[in-house]
Amino acid sequence: MILIVSLLVLLMLVGAVAACVFKDLLSAIIAAALVSLIAAVLFYFLQAPDVAMAEAAVGAALTTAIFVVAIRRTNRYEQ
Amino acid sequence: MRKIISVLLLSIVAVGIYLSVSHIPFGAPKTKVGGHYVEQGMEETGAANMVTSVVVIYRGFDTLGEVTVLFIAAVGLAAVLGIAGQQGFPREPASFVLRNACVVIFPLILLCGTYIFAHGHLTPGGGFQGGVVIASAFVLSYLGGRERRISKRLFGSVESLAGLVFVTTGLIGLAVGGYFLSRILPNGRPYSLLSAGIIPIIYIAIGFKVGSELAGIIDNLIEETK
Repeated sequence: MILIVSLLVLLMLVGAVAACVFKDLLSAIIAAALVSLIAAVLFYFLQAPDVAMAEAAVGAALTTAIFVVAIRRTNRYEQ
Repeated sequence: MRKIISVLLLSIVAVGIYLSVSHIPFGAPKTKVGGHYVEQGMEETGAANMVTSVVVIYRGFDTLGEVTVLFIAAVGLAAVLGIAGQQGFPREPASFVLRNACVVIFPLILLCGTYIFAHGHLTPGGGFQGGVVIASAFVLSYLGGRERRISKRLFGSVESLAGLVFVTTGLIGLAVGGYFLSRILPNGRPYSLLSAGIIPIIYIAIGFKVGSELAGIIDNLIEETK
């Protein structure tokens, strides 16, 4: 259990750093969605299914969609 | 130089947070009110889901504030983006697979969202989660059926009606029970669908309100304003 959680946290850290580093903003958004998704799984492991649901629906689905639409209207690559 | 200063400032903040948090015992009860919710919550409200009893009954007024914040965000976005004449996306239809998959999946997601907020007092989840799931169904429908639009008037009236139901329930509670959102309906048998007094009414209203607000935000963003 502790092994799975630490693996997930490590993956989450990688995703967070990647979201900061990527120059391609679409990839950065996907990395940020990965962070949200793993956070939702961690909330579930911490026995907070209500928060996990909200995090998965808002963080991974809706925020990603809004960011993608925003990129469509602006530039895809960071200058 | 700027980087060094920012790293220095960040480390000062980190040390401050560490010093202030490290003296609080982790997980220990700090007030008695949490224990009261855990032990008495189910008897008092009839809701099997403890989180719901706190969100809707004990902190119902705060929930009204949260819904209002979301409403103001949606209105602000509509005011900023909806000024210029709207044209919609360039009409390139979605591929066959995407369009037909959306037709199949869209009602299922709607059903899932409705289930989440209708069973908010029994199972994990509630009005906010169910509403967001419903809004994500509309995102999918915008991906699949690009040429179709749901009328803004419908979103607006559903949203206003849901808000009205919430506030009216609270005001009836004020008239009958003496305070806003007082429990005017009987608790009923625990673990059954029609239980927990006013919680299902409030959560269904919140579900519709959040769903229509967020779907309206997506709708406003997706339309081109040129």
